[in-house]
Amino acid sequence: MWQELRSELHPRGLEIVTVALDIEGPSAAREFVDAAHAEHPSLIDERHLVDELFGVVNVPNGVWIDEDGMIVRPAEPAFPGRNPVMESFRSLDVSTLPPDLANIMVEVKKIQTDPEGYLAMVLDWVEHGSASRYVLSPAEVIARSQPRSTDEAAAAAHFELGEHLHRAGRIEAAQAHWRQAHRLQPENWTYKRQAWNLVSPVVQGPTDIYESCWIEDVKKIGAENYYPSVVP
Amino acid sequence: MLLETLRPSVSDFSSQTGWELKPEGACRGDVCVPLPKGAVSSGRVDVNVLAEQLGMPLVQEEAASVWALGPAAGVTGHALSTAVAPELKLPDLRTGQVFNLSSLRGQKVLLVAWASW
Repeated sequence: MWQELRSELHPRGLEIVTVALDIEGPSAAREFVDAAHAEHPSLIDERHLVDELFGVVNVPNGVWIDEDGMIVRPAEPAFPGRNPVMESFRSLDVSTLPPDLANIMVEVKKIQTDPEGYLAMVLDWVEHGSASRYVLSPAEVIARSQPRSTDEAAAAAHFELGEHLHRAGRIEAAQAHWRQAHRLQPENWTYKRQAWNLVSPVVQGPTDIYESCWIEDVKKIGAENYYPSVVP
Repeated sequence: MLLETLRPSVSDFSSQTGWELKPEGACRGDVCVPLPKGAVSSGRVDVNVLAEQLGMPLVQEEAASVWALGPAAGVTGHALSTAVAPELKLPDLRTGQVFNLSSLRGQKVLLVAWASW
């Protein structure tokens, strides 16, 4: 999805670094990287370090870092001008799907994204550098990053413990910590979707293990709010 | 950061949390938080003191004798304590080798977090 943009913009001083947030590791992510023939760094983050480091609460998210190593836009929904996944979903006839998948796709189709708007911001940054109106001051970058009080920080600690336990094969203990992470930071879709996907792949549907599931939580907030609008 | 002891070495603490320990206190990018005496001694960090000063929750997994020290909540009230990009060292799926984000200094970087799920 990003290689095309990278080919165009790398000669103009922009490098793209993708990071797959995936407890299941390279086996889950590599086929996408290979299929894309990625020429840019394509990293794997099994421990979800990036979530905590940059305040990522959903995917895909983009962070802008300038030539001096300063973050100039914090984590926000990011698409490379096209959203091919969404495009394929939009043209899907849900009546051909089994009911649980059809219900999910009804919600997915309501999700709002602005790939063209995001691309325009990136192009402006490449063109104008620090003079781009989309480049934010350090104070603004911090202020716009996800809120983090004790609850959100504790959610990260519980998620990390869960990953450690899951890796050690202590699945039920891991799930208990992930339930707590979900309670402490309900707006963190990454913590939810990763945990749900391990027990209910793709549909992330209802289970006895977790208190909720993708479609329930999306309906609660409204699918149009799934990705907050990007504020230039 | 995962801990098997509440007195880790300074280097372990710094490399895993991104907070360096200097005379000015605990520092990250361009921000420093003063630390009381006793926070660091004999090359080891008293995690309870650091956790309190930086607002880092400490969660224990009793059955496994391990703790998780969460990120700092007490510095800015936001996920970012500073706009200085942290170091990030992760394996590159194309090569299997660890890649350092800081190696891209001098270029604009668009970091994209994604997932197969």
